Amino acid sequence: MLTAIRPYLFTFKLGIENTLVYRTNFLFRALFNLLPLFAIITLWKAIYSDRHKTVSGYTVVDMIAYYLLVTIIDNLTSVTEDDWQIASDIKNGHISQFLLRPVEYLSYRLCLFSAGRCVFTVAAAGPVTLFLIAQRDYFLWPADCTTFACFSLSLVLSALLQFLLSFSLAMLAFWLFEISSFAFVLLALQRLLGGQMFPLDILPVGLQRAMLCTPLPYTTFFPASIYLGRIEGWAVASGLMIQAGWVATAYFAARFAWQRGLRSYTSVGS
Amino acid sequence: MSTLPSPTSTLAGRQRPPAITAGWAYYPGIYLALTRNSLVRDMTFKANFLFWIFVELLWFVLQLVFNNVLYMHTDRIGTWTKWEVLLLIGTSHFIQQIFQALFLVNCSNLSELVHTGKLDFMLLLPVNTRFLVSCRQIDLTGFSSAGSGLAVIIFAAHKLGLHPSWLQLAYFAGLCAAAILIHYSLMFVMASVSFWSVRAQGIMMAYYNLFSIARIPDVAFAGGARALFTFVIPMLLVSNVPVKVLVQTASSRGEILLMLVISAAAFIFSAYVWKCALSRYTSASS
Repeated sequence: MLTAIRPYLFTFKLGIENTLVYRTNFLFRALFNLLPLFAIITLWKAIYSDRHKTVSGYTVVDMIAYYLLVTIIDNLTSVTEDDWQIASDIKNGHISQFLLRPVEYLSYRLCLFSAGRCVFTVAAAGPVTLFLIAQRDYFLWPADCTTFACFSLSLVLSALLQFLLSFSLAMLAFWLFEISSFAFVLLALQRLLGGQMFPLDILPVGLQRAMLCTPLPYTTFFPASIYLGRIEGWAVASGLMIQAGWVATAYFAARFAWQRGLRSYTSVGS
Repeated sequence: MSTLPSPTSTLAGRQRPPAITAGWAYYPGIYLALTRNSLVRDMTFKANFLFWIFVELLWFVLQLVFNNVLYMHTDRIGTWTKWEVLLLIGTSHFIQQIFQALFLVNCSNLSELVHTGKLDFMLLLPVNTRFLVSCRQIDLTGFSSAGSGLAVIIFAAHKLGLHPSWLQLAYFAGLCAAAILIHYSLMFVMASVSFWSVRAQGIMMAYYNLFSIARIPDVAFAGGARALFTFVIPMLLVSNVPVKVLVQTASSRGEILLMLVISAAAFIFSAYVWKCALSRYTSASS
């Protein structure tokens, strides 16, 4: 068992060391990622000029707490350059070695993704914590331990879902020369349907239901809703099951695309 | 490049000192050649070119959707109505896309030029190196996307019942040019960090985040934040001032003058940073 896991533990360690080289880069990125958050909070504060106003049940505190939470979720779970790197591995023929070695490529990339997230989270911790302290009046704590446990579980599932969606998208590199435009389309959809631009429950009900039929709300909106207590009881349990279902679907889609891609893969001179 | 003068051309039968850089008269020709190259490059991958136009349009639509959602829950942001903010978003997008078409790719590539040592080759060419680094490639999708920004500007102006005079339009165009100069200067300063840092791509992408400030009415900001984004990182000027000129709410000529002064100062500062960066450049390849 340990022998089987050892290559992946080593990959994780390697991923940490590799990404640590770019820690300043990560720090800058984390710092500048706070700018849109600051802009959006400023905008909502201007809209809530009357502090007693509510928007679809959100007070000004609830609304800003939502965006603070989105930032935390994004830092912990989002995919940064993994899809680009996977596409580059395919185009440059680097995946050939994985066809010969007893290391599975999807698990290898998952280890590197986890390592990258760890380093990014550490690099982002400073700027994000300072920002949260500056906005402490708007930060809300979870209602109880069960809420926090469910939130943590949905965070793990969200990270897996985002990684597997990006992995599946990167498989297009088997057939296409350039996939970055597709990656930007996925990112745009994730911003809108994931609830990163605004909480989805301020939209008309019909539109919300349509959006919830896609996997993207389960990347950000769903974990945030659990944390803020916007959904409770059975809705949380069923939501987690749907989220796990999307993870499983994305996993099979990624495996299927990988197998199909390998059929058309040719590597010359490597 | 064949139009450049021979470095040892003769004058009255005597040898003239070799020309170090091309005269300014040659630069339009050089720029035209670079534009032609970019066009050929983009047209090689036509489907990719068209898809990128779609991607840019998609991101622009997201901003419009967000604005619509905000105004489902409010009538005004400060003193700004829905159509005024739409005009601001359109103007911001127009400026961003023209900047992107002319300079963004080039600034992003500076990091690679430094780390691969390809900058050596550019330093040896008889052309101003900053010009070559800044204008080498033109992203033609940016011009197409700027068209969508312009369409939104016209639509919002129609909704607001605006009938701008030629002078207002001239001011608007001039201020858009000043805004592009501010974006270019700031981005170039950030790109120059690659002379000191291992990898500057993260910093390049980070600049994108600044555009989110430019799309917001300045009245939403107060205190230190407003001062920071007006005088230090002048994102609150780049789109707000041109729009105020169109809707005639610019409080005084002071704001226009401030924007022009800041754009000139930003360009001079970027020239200074570039000079410092070059002085510490040691080739990576040789």
